[in-house]
Amino acid sequence: MADRALDGIKVVELAQLVAGPYCAKLLADLGADVLKVEPPCGDRARSLGPFPGDCPHHEQSGLFLYLNTNKRGITLNLQAHTGREILRELVRRADVLVEDGPPPAMAWLGLDYEALREINPGLVVTSITPFGQSGPYRDYKAYDITCQAAGGIAYVTGDPEQEPLIVPGNQADYQAALNAAVGTLAALLCRETSGQGQHVDISEQESIASVLGDVISFFSYQGRVRPRRVKPQDFADFRLLWPAGIYPCKDGYINITVLEPHQWRSFVDLIGNPPWATDPRYEDRYFPQEQGAADIDLEPLITEALGHFTREELSHEGQRRRIPVSPVYDASEVLRSPQLVERGFFVPARHPAAGTLTYPGAPYKLGQTPWRIERTAPLLGEHNEEVLVKELGLSRTDLVKMAQSGII
Amino acid sequence: MSKMALEGMRVADFTWAWAGPYCTKLLADLGAEVVKIETATRPDIGRMLPPFPDDQPGINRSGRYNKRNRGKLCVTIDLTQEQGVALARELIRRSDLVTENYSARVMRKFGLDYEAVREVKPDIVYLSLSAFGASGPHRDYVAYGPNQAALAGHTYITGYAGGPPVSQGTALADPTAGLNGAVAALAALLYRRRTGKGQHIDLSQTEMFAALAAEPILEYLMSGRIPTRRGNRDRIMAPHNFYRCRGHDRWVSIAVATDEEWRALCRAMGDPPWSSDERFADAFGRWRNQEELDGLIEGWTQGHTHHELMEMLQRAGVAAMPAFDGEELFHDPHVRERGFLAEVEHPEVGRQTMPGLSMVLSHTPGHIRSHAPLLGQHNDYVFGELLGIAQQDIAALVAQGVIR
Repeated sequence: MADRALDGIKVVELAQLVAGPYCAKLLADLGADVLKVEPPCGDRARSLGPFPGDCPHHEQSGLFLYLNTNKRGITLNLQAHTGREILRELVRRADVLVEDGPPPAMAWLGLDYEALREINPGLVVTSITPFGQSGPYRDYKAYDITCQAAGGIAYVTGDPEQEPLIVPGNQADYQAALNAAVGTLAALLCRETSGQGQHVDISEQESIASVLGDVISFFSYQGRVRPRRVKPQDFADFRLLWPAGIYPCKDGYINITVLEPHQWRSFVDLIGNPPWATDPRYEDRYFPQEQGAADIDLEPLITEALGHFTREELSHEGQRRRIPVSPVYDASEVLRSPQLVERGFFVPARHPAAGTLTYPGAPYKLGQTPWRIERTAPLLGEHNEEVLVKELGLSRTDLVKMAQSGII
Repeated sequence: MSKMALEGMRVADFTWAWAGPYCTKLLADLGAEVVKIETATRPDIGRMLPPFPDDQPGINRSGRYNKRNRGKLCVTIDLTQEQGVALARELIRRSDLVTENYSARVMRKFGLDYEAVREVKPDIVYLSLSAFGASGPHRDYVAYGPNQAALAGHTYITGYAGGPPVSQGTALADPTAGLNGAVAALAALLYRRRTGKGQHIDLSQTEMFAALAAEPILEYLMSGRIPTRRGNRDRIMAPHNFYRCRGHDRWVSIAVATDEEWRALCRAMGDPPWSSDERFADAFGRWRNQEELDGLIEGWTQGHTHHELMEMLQRAGVAAMPAFDGEELFHDPHVRERGFLAEVEHPEVGRQTMPGLSMVLSHTPGHIRSHAPLLGQHNDYVFGELLGIAQQDIAALVAQGVIR
């Protein structure tokens, strides 16, 4: 009996860098058999690092190692006819293809959805691109920063007096990957009854535009543009999302979000009940009769009050009062975070070329079908023989010839 | 063939605020019947949050709530009463998935935790999207999305070089938890289909968000350096930033990875003399001298609108996009042509535009099933038709305040 949620699902991944590989990693970590197809020069993430001791090596890139756990890997030159033939054979046997190619290039290779469904009508093809498979920007060039710009998150992040800011770490790619995984799994569930595959079209721009809390709604509901920083005195209806944000304290920064009425009262208590904060007009946060108090800028007073405490004091005393106060952790503190450590979130695994590395673990724990690293990321072409000879039935001589002629 | 991918699936949805509702919104758009459980005494806090039309608040008027909860049904049950819990159990008995996003103790208090619920429905898939997970020293701590960004390592690296950390312009952790929850729930439903077994999913919002901060975490582990704020700079690409354009607060993002893209950018700028400076001749030189380079490029972009720059640079083969604001996204011809923005008619707020589906499925495209529910709008349908309770019994439950 299956002991991982997606046991038996076969996925071919034809993708590089972050978005496609993270989508396929989510499926692989849930138990799908993911075969990563790299060009003979390798996924570009192999050259991005970070590298152990800052020494670049294409088998030791942290980004690549993280994004490709639990996958097998082969190399294939799709510019060559034989390479495309082999890919079609792999796709014929697969349940899912995850790809991130520009739409015209996929059609030119004969690997567009219409061509692939001829080979395998049950196939789910998941395509992740900056702007999707249609529309005037379809063939536009993009990197993560331009996707965050086009998706609307950059405009609302940062200081209104300065340039917009990205949310670092390829977040447009990760958002697209998550949407792609949802779409792929929904298509697989649907296939259980219909027997038919389908094409799942994911746009990074839309993935970002979808997660904006209020940006499009503000324009639709009120004809107003959400600025980069919302001050409660500018946007009257924001007074109930306040205080909210990052405040300096003695030994770093904290994030505080006061939203519910009881949290405001507890917050005032936390900072020692200063007279200015006990004005009853701040109490009725939701549907206030009187609006005057909200026009006063309390931000400097709050900043001053919080500056007397350490992160730990504010976090501990805040949580004791059930106010969401959290320290701003740097990367080393995230690794030491007592909650993550106690739950075993970080997992060490040994890779033949990169050695033992600690990996961020599963985003969710499934009770019946637990997550684990069955295998670390594949070496370049590690499974060429296993897949091409043992599974597709090519001869060892063919394999050698294909390596010599640059097909694999 | 079913018309929507998840047709026939029913979700008993106890979530509120953002993360949980975002998850069940995804499922509703793909065809699931989502029944949202609220109470008049403690409605979803999303109902209190702006924007409201004409700045006039109202329990059914919130733009945030109406976006996150479109396509769902809403019943009002008082779960502090035993009969209320019994109603919830009846609903769960007829459901495939239970979703909740409270801290670990809340559903246990109601007698609606996984262990209790599987007595009623042994193969239920039960998704808990709590802030910190079901175990660990902080399991009962409280947090909203922005707190998760701080705890998972995102906030620390977000901001201008040399400046303080900056909040994400939108609390990315909430919808991201919803997306992760949908991935886990759909995988568990596929597993159930093949094995007949349900299960509990314990999702910690900090953990799913730390999984997306892998890059700074790995950089620290591998190099010993703690990554910090560096504005819009990339580790390798340069130029890589936002540049001021003509007009008020108008910006274009430009990113250049290869020499070919650099030459294309220079051509588009009209090959100004400084562009042939040997300090900018290769990727390393551009990266090392990027501050100066940014100033020179901005000298050019300021003379053009961001739309002109997008068209000019894309034609030349350079990645460049404006930083769209809410109004520009609303009118963007690309997302309009793709049918991404949806207009939904709502009895109290009229016709409003919202982002539609973030995934296009070719055969079962999905759609917004209806406007977000008014508080308690579907009590009659759910209690009467779905649970088969007689009209006079429903009236009695209303009179006792069990349904309210």
